[in-house]
Parts: sequence; structure tokens; C-alpha cells
Amino acid sequence: MIKAILIFNNHGKPRLSKFYEHYTEDTEQQIIRETFHLVSKRDENVCNFLEGGMLIGGSDNKLIYRHYATLYFVFCVDSSESELGILDLIQVFVETLDKCFENVCELDLIFHVDKVHNILAEMVMGGMVLETNMNEIITQVDAQNKMEKSEAGIAGAPARAVSAVKNMNLPEMPKNINIGDISIKVPNLPSFK
Amino acid sequence: MSPSVCLQEMIRVIRGARTQGEERGVIQRECAAIRAQFRQADNGGRSHNLAKLLYVHMLGYPAHFGQMECVRLIASSKYSEKRIGYLGAMMLLDEKQDASLLITNSIKNDLSHSSQHVQSLALCTLACMGSAEMCRDLAPEIERLLKASNSYIKKKAALCAVHIVRKIPELGEMFTPSAHSLLSEKNHGVLHGAVILITELCERNPDNLKQFRKSVPELVQIMKNLVTSGYSPEHNVAGISDPFLQVRILRLLRILGRNNDAASDAMNDLLAQVATNTDSSKTAGSAVLYETVLTIMDIRSESGLRVLAVNILGRFLLNNDRNIRYISMTSLQKIVQTDHTAVQRHRGTIVDCLKDQDASVKRRALELSLALVSAANIRSMMKELLLFLSTCPPELRSHAASGIFNAAERYAPSQRWHIDTILHVLVTAGGDVRDETVPNLIQLITAASELHCYTVHKLYRALISDIVQQSLVQVACWCIGEYGDLLLKGECEEITPMQVTEDDVLDALETVLQSHMSTPTSRGFALTAIMKLSTRITNNVDRIRSVVSIYGSCIDVELQQRAVEYNALFKKYDHMRAAVLERMPVIDRNSSGQTNGDPSVEPMKEFNQPKPVQGVLIQEPANQVCDLLDLLGDSNPPLLVTNDHTSTAPNSTNSTSSNVQDNLLDLLGGLEPTPAPSVTVFEKGGLSLKLQCDQQTETSTTVTFTASNSTQSDITGFNLQAAVPKSVQLQMKAPSGDLIPAQGCGTVTQTVLLSYTNKANLKMRVRLSYSSQGTACQDMVQIDSFPSPAWS
Repeated sequence: MIKAILIFNNHGKPRLSKFYEHYTEDTEQQIIRETFHLVSKRDENVCNFLEGGMLIGGSDNKLIYRHYATLYFVFCVDSSESELGILDLIQVFVETLDKCFENVCELDLIFHVDKVHNILAEMVMGGMVLETNMNEIITQVDAQNKMEKSEAGIAGAPARAVSAVKNMNLPEMPKNINIGDISIKVPNLPSFK
Repeated sequence: MSPSVCLQEMIRVIRGARTQGEERGVIQRECAAIRAQFRQADNGGRSHNLAKLLYVHMLGYPAHFGQMECVRLIASSKYSEKRIGYLGAMMLLDEKQDASLLITNSIKNDLSHSSQHVQSLALCTLACMGSAEMCRDLAPEIERLLKASNSYIKKKAALCAVHIVRKIPELGEMFTPSAHSLLSEKNHGVLHGAVILITELCERNPDNLKQFRKSVPELVQIMKNLVTSGYSPEHNVAGISDPFLQVRILRLLRILGRNNDAASDAMNDLLAQVATNTDSSKTAGSAVLYETVLTIMDIRSESGLRVLAVNILGRFLLNNDRNIRYISMTSLQKIVQTDHTAVQRHRGTIVDCLKDQDASVKRRALELSLALVSAANIRSMMKELLLFLSTCPPELRSHAASGIFNAAERYAPSQRWHIDTILHVLVTAGGDVRDETVPNLIQLITAASELHCYTVHKLYRALISDIVQQSLVQVACWCIGEYGDLLLKGECEEITPMQVTEDDVLDALETVLQSHMSTPTSRGFALTAIMKLSTRITNNVDRIRSVVSIYGSCIDVELQQRAVEYNALFKKYDHMRAAVLERMPVIDRNSSGQTNGDPSVEPMKEFNQPKPVQGVLIQEPANQVCDLLDLLGDSNPPLLVTNDHTSTAPNSTNSTSSNVQDNLLDLLGGLEPTPAPSVTVFEKGGLSLKLQCDQQTETSTTVTFTASNSTQSDITGFNLQAAVPKSVQLQMKAPSGDLIPAQGCGTVTQTVLLSYTNKANLKMRVRLSYSSQGTACQDMVQIDSFPSPAWS
């Protein structure tokens, strides 16, 4: 079972925190801090597995993490999950985010936390892995977003316009227009005085 | 900032705050605005507000006032509002909040909604935070959805069922038939969920194993399709077809095949196929191979297959990728108990991993190395382990030290080697060893009588070079005190001779006494050692006397007491000094810790009260008491288990029974009812409870409860629980029984020890539970005054 999924940046600020077991709010923040502390100490070329910190269950639980540019993606799991499998799952998650947000960066995660939650909800449910097929996940997320937009009414018009333009298939403008060799005779215009 | 501004704008403002204080101010203003908005009846920006609240919650600020809003949003008809409402429910609500019950009805309605997305929201929320009551109510719905035609809903329902089974294991039976049928699905998501459900059902209830073993052929077929199918673009991860599903199925096969020959046979071919055909160059392939290896080792597979599995693990060990090495060591750890020889072949590689830079890999290598130590390789392994100890990261030191000690104890080829090893550990990592190392080492040294000379020389040398490691200092002082004469004689075959004068020895011990680095325990050791030397040396007895008398006015009470007593030994009891300070006899090994193990468990169970939820027994103080009494030569250590009970809430105590076995405690336990006045504190329906106080002192009282029964039928299951105010401590002894015979033919008595500082506060609330004439009853009585015994 996955106990928690945390995303935080290189300074420890949480970008996403999802707990699948109940902890009080204070404990949750402490767990985030403790996890950041443990994970940030790691070198670049060491393995991606760590024993869990004391707050989240000690040595029964493992922290499996991946570091992408400025973000750490940390999954805290217990012994019933395959460690290498979770490592692959993190990769699939990040690739899905990439597809949904088009070249995802940290700012996307900051400003669209709810969307990230929705994507995550399609992958992991109740601490268990639900779906790992990227296309399936994206299809469902798109369908849900469409449902939301259709309810938005007039207020959603600008958003719909934007997405309409995005989906529009403009024919390719040819880059080089070659009309062939045309010699144009320029008439001799008298100079006006 | 307008309250209906969207989430992004608020995030931008928060990020713009330059200091923590500014951020707090911004968030507080926002929260106040959101709270005001929530109170308004109906407004369009509700979902925005809740989204903002959830963001604030993630940053760590309190957001509980949003709980009711979540409930309201979930009940709305708009999808966008439902979505954010459910997200809020998952983040803010949990089983302990009352608001979570309010959403049960909404979830129920949404589970039958026409849109699959709404259904999925409800399923997701139930799986994340569903409490036991919610699960019980909604389980039939989930079961219905398991048979739905939509595979999207089916897979979510399967995982929701897993959550329900985890919360309420009895409901597992409801899902067993559906789980079977789900295995014939084509959709990988549903298969995945079904396998997880079956795994959970089998783990919870072993009876399900028999039923699901029938599915083994089906599972094997699914695996075969996955492994032999060609490239399938949708499920492909790095060339392996749906490795997640493969890993899950392998794990389930492991559970089904354990201890069962028939199932194991059915899987053998498949496992061999997977093991040989999977490409392990990428993580995905390695994950599948790793799971296969674990399954092979766990079921009753043929030996050829097992050899193959261990070889695969060995190959993993040599892999460059650290992740793979970590994983292989984890799996070797699991099989080292059963297939010891196979793992021994890889000992060299494992020991090399001790020198890896990665702390996680080092930890695994340490544990595995400790497991691989055997009589044959003890010397070489110990060399490596000691080298590791000197360079290992601090968090692993104590684990390594205790592991080394255990290994040395089990396989030491000679006593001298053993002592050398322990000394080496103390010198390197003395600060991280456990406290019982010092007495253990001392006991070891006394047992090795021919090595006393060698030992004391080594210890002396260690002492004069460095007195930082306290455990080393303590052992050294003790030895020098005991065997100082051997040290001064100077001759020892096994070690280069060194001339040590009496002054040198006394200097060394005095340095320990006076140094700021010495703990009080070490100084105690040093003082006693100096005293012992007074009978073993000839010239400097006066020096010793002066040292001892100086410490007679030391601030540390322990040292002062020792010094004063030793002083007295010099002055008044000089004739006894030699006898008192002579060599200690060899200490017996069966002390501390070992006798408090299993023998204490069985008798404890008999005396435990009928309710299974009783009593946390604390063993720690008992250990210390036993050690003390052992030194006095008691062969039968008492099993004194006390549980300090202080409680203000009268309904919340558990009472424990303490086991009375030793003569020492019999004095307190077997009190006959003395002719002290007894007061009837409770009388109802024929059951009466009398109270009698004995042995009352200023700070403690012994109270005896006597329960008698004047009805026509027996009272069974009689149980007394007591609660006292915080300033009083309560210790309940075992009752004489739990059956009170009818018509006053017999009684049940129970003794209770109370200790307190102020007698005025002494009150007790007693709860009686019993069964009379088939009905279970519970009564409570408050006792405010205790009668004083006749003779106090």
C-alpha cells in the first residue's frame, strides 16, 4: 500500500501532498519536513530507495523517490509494493503530467494543484495502483475536464475559445514561397519636380 | 483582493509575499474572506473558494472550517462543484470527523448516478477515506458495481472493495464470488484491480486460499499471454508488456503457492519461462525478474529452479545500477535463512558493497553480512566488519556494533580473539554500544582466567592512550582494580612487556576520576578500582587513602558515599579490608534479560482477566528489579509486573493483574482477611461488594474487595475495574476467580494496592461487570472514604 505521495521542490516547499492514511495536520507537515530532510541529503548517483522516517512508520516503510530538475517526487510505501514497480510508476506519473500540461514545469504544478490531484486520482486510489496506462489516464482526465467545461456556461467561454484555437488544425503555411523566376519590368517613372 | 478571485491569482499573491510573516498575513486575510463567503447562502464562486482553501491547507494552515462546505458541494448537482467537493473531502475529512458521516448519503446517490465520472468520484472518495460505518452501508452498492458493464467503473469498484475488506474483514465474503469472475476480463485495469482484491482476500483470511487456488491455471494463462505476446503499444513499458500487472500476478501466485504442492507445480513452467525470457536491462524487466525470484524461493519449487533464482540474484548483485544492487540484497536477505549456502557463494560481493558510497546500500550490506557470518568465515568477516565500523555512517554504528557482538559471541574461535574483538569495537565505537556491554565484557573476562594478565595489559594501554570512550574506561578501570597485581608484575607472554609502576597505575586511575569527560558511572568504577588496589600494591597505600578521603566530600552523592565507606574500611575495619577487596569469583552467565523471557508469558495469561482488551504489561522496571535481586543470589527471579495507573477519567482504565510468584511478593499478595472493619460499598440484586483496608501507612493502603452472591444462581464472568485520581497509584492483584457461587456459598476476593502522597485525595471508582442469570450487567460505584483498619 502506498502511504503517501509527496512532491516538493529543492527548498522543501510542498507542491503536492496526498496522504492515504490518516495523520493530523501538524503531523502531515512534520512528515513533509522530515522527508525533505532525508531526501535532500542524498547524492545524485546513489540508489532511489530510503528507509522511512520515524513519523511515517520507520523501517517498515520505504521512501522511493526520483529527482527531476527542481522537484522531488517521493512515494512512501510499505513492504507489499514492489520497489522497482513504484519507481516505474513515478516515471509514468511524470510522463502523464508532461502530456497533460505540455512540457510540464514546476509552475504548472504550483498553479494547477487541483488538476494534478485529479490526474493522480486516476492513477492511485486509496493507496493502491489503479491504472498505469498513460493513454487511458489521459483519456479519462480529458473527458472529465470536458464535462466541467460544459457546465461552466458563459463564464467558460474564453477558456473554451482558447482550447478551440489550440485544437484547430491550421493548414501548414509553406515556409518558402517559390513562384519561379519572374522578371518584373519596372517602368521608368518620370521624376516629379 | 476580491473574494471570488480565482485560485491562480491567490497563489500569485502568496508567492509574492517576501517574508513568512507577510505570507501568513495574506493567508489569514484570504481565509477570513473565504469563511465569510462560506457563510453566505449561495454564491457562484464556491468551488473556487474551496480550491483556495485546499491550497492553503497544503501549505500547512488550518482549514477545518471548510469541512461543511465540502459536504454542501458534494451534494450539488454540478460536476465541477462535486469534483472539488470530493477532493476537499479526501483532504480535510477523515473517519474521526462527524462530517464524514454526512456525505455517506451523497456518496450512495452518486454511486448510482448516470455519469460514470460522478460514480468514479464517489468510489475514489470512499476508497480513500471511508470509515467502517460508511463501508458497511455502501458495501452492497460496491458489490453491484463490480458486476457493472463499464470496465472503468469495475476497476475502481475493485479497489474500493479492497479498502472495504481492509476496514471490515468480515465483508470479504461478499466480494469473493465477484472477484473470481473478474479474472476473465480483458481490460488490464480491471485485471489489475481484481488481482489486488484477491491478494487482499487471501491475506486476510486463509480460508479463501483454498478457493482461489482454483484460479491458479487462469492466472498462469494470463501471465503467459503477457509474456509471449508481441509488442503491444498500450501497455508497453521499456519493452515489457504491462510489467505492473505481471508483478501483481507473480505476487499473488506466491501467496497461493506457498506451502501447497499442487499449486506450486502448476506454476513451475511459467516461472521458468519468465525467468529466462525477461530482458532485465531496464528497470521494468528487473522488477518482473525480481518478483519471479521471490516467488520461486517462496513456493515449493524444484531445486533447479531455485538455483536459477539465486543465480539471477547474484547477477543482480554485480549490476552497475545501485537500485538493482539494493533490491537484490533485500531479496537475498529474505532467503538467507532458508538457502544459506546458496547465498554464501556471493559473500565476497556483499562484503564489497560494505564499502559502497551509498548509505542505503551499506545498510543492506551490513544486515546481509551479519546474517552470513558463520563459524567457518568468522575471522575474515570480522576483519571486514571491524573495518566497516571505523568508517560507517553514524546512524549505522550501534546496529553494527551490536551485530558484531552477537556474531562474536556465537562463533568466537578463541576467548582471546573474542576479547580482542570486543576491545576493538569499544575503542572504535564505544559511545554507540548498548549499556549491557560493560557487564557482559566483564563477565567474559572473569571467565577467561588464563588471559587476565594479557587482558589487563591491553586495557591499561588503551586507558592511557585515550579516556573518551566511557564503556572502555569502565571495563579498564574494573580490570585494573581486579588484576592490578598482574599488571604490576610486568611479565606477560603474549604481549610486549612494559614496565608499569604503581604510580603510573594510580595516575591513570586518578586521571579518570578527575577528568571532565568521565561520566559519574566511570568515576565510580575508578574509585572502586583505586580502593581495590590498596590490597594489591605495597608502596602507595597512603596515596590511596588520601584520594579516598578527599572524595569523602565530593558533590556527587554516589562518589561521596563510596568514598566515605571506603574511608571507614581503612579506619575502623582495616582488619576486614583484605577480605572485602579480594578477587571476585567468576560471575555466572544466567543473569539479566534471559530469565524474563518466555517463562513469564504463560503464567501471566492465566491470571489475566477474561476481557481480551486488557492490560499493557510493562517489562522494563521488572528487568531492573530482577537484576538487583539476582546479585543477592536469588535463583528464582520474581516476576513483578506493575502498571502505573493514573487516570482522571474514570471510565478509561484497564486493570492488570500482577503475577505473584516469588516469596518476596507473597508477603503482599496472600493476605488473609484480617478482622479489620469491612464496609459494604455496593449492593444490588443479590451481589454485594465489601471493602476492607489493611496495612495502612501514610502513603499506602492495601484494600481487599470481597464479592458475594445471595441470589439463586451463580454469577459468572465477574470482573472488577478501578479508577483513581491522578495523584494516586493503583496496583491490582489477581482476583481469586470470576465465579461467585450462589446463595453465599463462596466469595471472590481481589486485593488492590494504593499508593499516594496525600491521603485526602484518596477516592476510587469501581466498575463491576458480570453475568447473572444469563444477562450481562455493569455497575459503577464511587468510594470516597476508606475505613481505617483496626490496628493502625
